[in-house]
Amino acid sequence: MINYSQVKRPGLNNMSETKVSIIQEYTPIAQDGLWKNNAIFVQMLGLCPLLAVSNTVVNALGLGLATIMVLILSNLFVSLIRNIIRPEIRLPVFVIIIASAVTAIELIMHAWFHELYLVLGIFIPLIVTNCAIIARAESFASKNTIGKSMFDGLMTGLGFALVLLSLGALREIIGMGTLFSNAHIMFGNGMQWLTIELFPNYDGFLLAVLPPGAFMGLAFLLAARNLINKK
Amino acid sequence: MFSAQSSPFLKSAPSVSKMMLVVILALIPGILTSIFIFGFGVLMNICLAILSAYSFEAAMLLLRKRPVMVYLKDNSALLTAILIGLALPPLAPWWLTVIGVFFAIVISKQLYGGLGYNIFNPAMVAYAILLVSFPAEMTTYWQTPTALISQSEVSNIIPVSLGLLDTINFQFFSQLPNNLTIDALTSATPLDVVRTSTLTGFATISEIQATGTAFGMFGGIGIEWVNLAFLAGGLFILRKGLISWHIPISLLISLGFLSLLFGSFELDSNPSPLFHLFSGATMLGAFFIATDPVTAASSHKGRIIYGAGIGALIYIIRSWGGYPDAIAFSVLIMNMCVPLLDYYTQPRVYGHD
Repeated sequence: MINYSQVKRPGLNNMSETKVSIIQEYTPIAQDGLWKNNAIFVQMLGLCPLLAVSNTVVNALGLGLATIMVLILSNLFVSLIRNIIRPEIRLPVFVIIIASAVTAIELIMHAWFHELYLVLGIFIPLIVTNCAIIARAESFASKNTIGKSMFDGLMTGLGFALVLLSLGALREIIGMGTLFSNAHIMFGNGMQWLTIELFPNYDGFLLAVLPPGAFMGLAFLLAARNLINKK
Repeated sequence: MFSAQSSPFLKSAPSVSKMMLVVILALIPGILTSIFIFGFGVLMNICLAILSAYSFEAAMLLLRKRPVMVYLKDNSALLTAILIGLALPPLAPWWLTVIGVFFAIVISKQLYGGLGYNIFNPAMVAYAILLVSFPAEMTTYWQTPTALISQSEVSNIIPVSLGLLDTINFQFFSQLPNNLTIDALTSATPLDVVRTSTLTGFATISEIQATGTAFGMFGGIGIEWVNLAFLAGGLFILRKGLISWHIPISLLISLGFLSLLFGSFELDSNPSPLFHLFSGATMLGAFFIATDPVTAASSHKGRIIYGAGIGALIYIIRSWGGYPDAIAFSVLIMNMCVPLLDYYTQPRVYGHD
């Protein structure tokens, strides 16, 4: 079979031809990661950090960014070694790669985002056990090129982080009546103005901040997703 | 049981709506006593709860495309609303009641599939969620009972009670007349007094008894009469055959036995069994809440275990838990065990192993 995108054609036509094929190749990856095959909404993976850390937007953003970085790094390295690794030992190798990436991210956060590191606590090392990451390494990065794998890592991570952020926003608005509270632990002391107080003199609805609120909030988000998919 | 002496011998089983209505009738003496003891706030709570329960129920039925009038007429929302109104503190602000009813009707009943499909008792879900979310409002807005006011020369509590209009004014606009403060109007419930004193070792039972803030004639001060009225109503529906004896009796025996057992070892920090049976919401819980036909166990043996479990949990949470009263948490925890109880206590079918 002839691969038409690699057949040489004269002039500008060639450029636009390859561009279209790149877009065609990469759009489904983005669609899958962000919506159609979303790590949380569809695969239901990585619920533990999602439920535990989504009590404020800033926490959610911190863990979401860390997960995106880990996904990109682990997908990159898994894709790099995909042709030289024996299938029998691939899973331990994947886990070692992911654990190294997580350790690196953890050390970076410990150095530059110390307060955020203290707030997120055990959930940063626990990124290793996030099933979404090993699932992408096994099902995508071990079969695809480096560029595609990194892009897939970015999109899966973004899908995860966006759900984390929306649940965090939902819980923070209902629970505390604010958005971006404690913004300084993520963005530094100069960014405290970012905290928005939506309802002044709000008493707070503790349930939304407590663990049961995470389960209920996730249930409502899933219901909303099903409603959108139905239409 | 064999009292029928002339025809008709076969009677049709009462409908759900009629059953609910009789249960509500049996609650009336308790409601009236509650209003007498704790003021008009109880009445306002119940009215507001009924109003919002019907609104939420109708809205959810419309959203779920079910026949609205058919389901509204089964009176189950009415009973849930009355139970919530009775469980809330008498001076609860209006939004507390509305949020509670929202969680009872929308989350724990209609989202699970409506009456008959809910696994948790809706009224108790509402109470537990409110207690966890708004601990300050749920524990401090208890108006001082009239029984405590009348003997105020013993303690140093100022005898104040709000009228109907003042109560409405406070619940909806949080305004109090004549520069009154909320602290002057409210006092800790008997269970709260006993628990905080004995857990911290601040006072022994006999010392609390001397202050006259917790112990009445046989139960918790004020609340003992409410419990007595609910006991009467409960015995009425028991006599009518609307509930079986298994749950309330095993609940009361288990609670009474545990408090007798522990009370006989440490007299200083354990109130008498009568105090446990006649304070808080014990009687309301035993006869009207734990016996909810949807969420309780369904076999006889299962019901006895279910009731005894609630009684034991009530004692444990009251004595060593973080919250003063325990009916809601105990009922919810035992609701979770109901599928297991029903599975293991199914009566053997004749002819099968």
